[in-house]
Amino acid sequence: MKTRLRFALALAALFTLLAGCTTVQPWERATLADATMRPDRDPLHNAMFEHIYFSCEAATGGRGVGGSGCGCN
Amino acid sequence: MSPTVRGTKPADFSIMSFPNKFIPALVLGLALACSASGQVKSGQPFPALTGHGLEGTLPDTAGHVVLIDFWATWCAPCKASFPAYTEIQREFAPRGFVLLAVSVDQTAAPYEQFIERFKPAFPTVRDGKQKLISEVRVPAMPTSYLLDRHGIVRSVHSGYHGESTVKALRDEINRLLEEKS
Repeated sequence: MKTRLRFALALAALFTLLAGCTTVQPWERATLADATMRPDRDPLHNAMFEHIYFSCEAATGGRGVGGSGCGCN
Repeated sequence: MSPTVRGTKPADFSIMSFPNKFIPALVLGLALACSASGQVKSGQPFPALTGHGLEGTLPDTAGHVVLIDFWATWCAPCKASFPAYTEIQREFAPRGFVLLAVSVDQTAAPYEQFIERFKPAFPTVRDGKQKLISEVRVPAMPTSYLLDRHGIVRSVHSGYHGESTVKALRDEINRLLEEKS
């Protein structure tokens, strides 16, 4: 009886989790298609982020540079 | 020996019995839910355009070959199809062809701006409450439905793929216009 109750509780929890899932239909994607949803929408932000990233990761070649790891580039 | 009431069978409360009955029912339910997606397909009659609260003037489609295109201002391929659809409308309209563009924009402003700027040569209406498209359940944006003179869907074009879509549409429209009504 106890096992059955546990199973029922697990099932209820599963359905509760599944209830949070939904499919966004093709005609409902106006918000997702908005320019503000793009991560690269702001060129200044991109430039600053790239500068910071390169400064942090220069020792390993920055972005895409196959250096030796001397940090001298 | 487990205690049982005389003359009755002990109920099976083992963990295996419940999932054994439940899991096939769950799988069947999910399969039915998936299959009942309700998309309008080739060979089916297209839903009536009236009664969905479409904003704009509906053209007379009775006895015509009709192309119904679902589009939106936030959908780039949808807008890219408009010049080609204008050409198709100009080419086939004199032979009894009607192109109707149904926008699914929920807000009127971007729709009106685009229509004002582009001034399409074919009729456009707005399904602002998305009632018609919820019934048609397009597989992608844009999707166009080519209907014969009896309102039966003869082909469904999911997405706009430039020249290949236009060529397929021209061939199919020609074929449908040549069919006897």
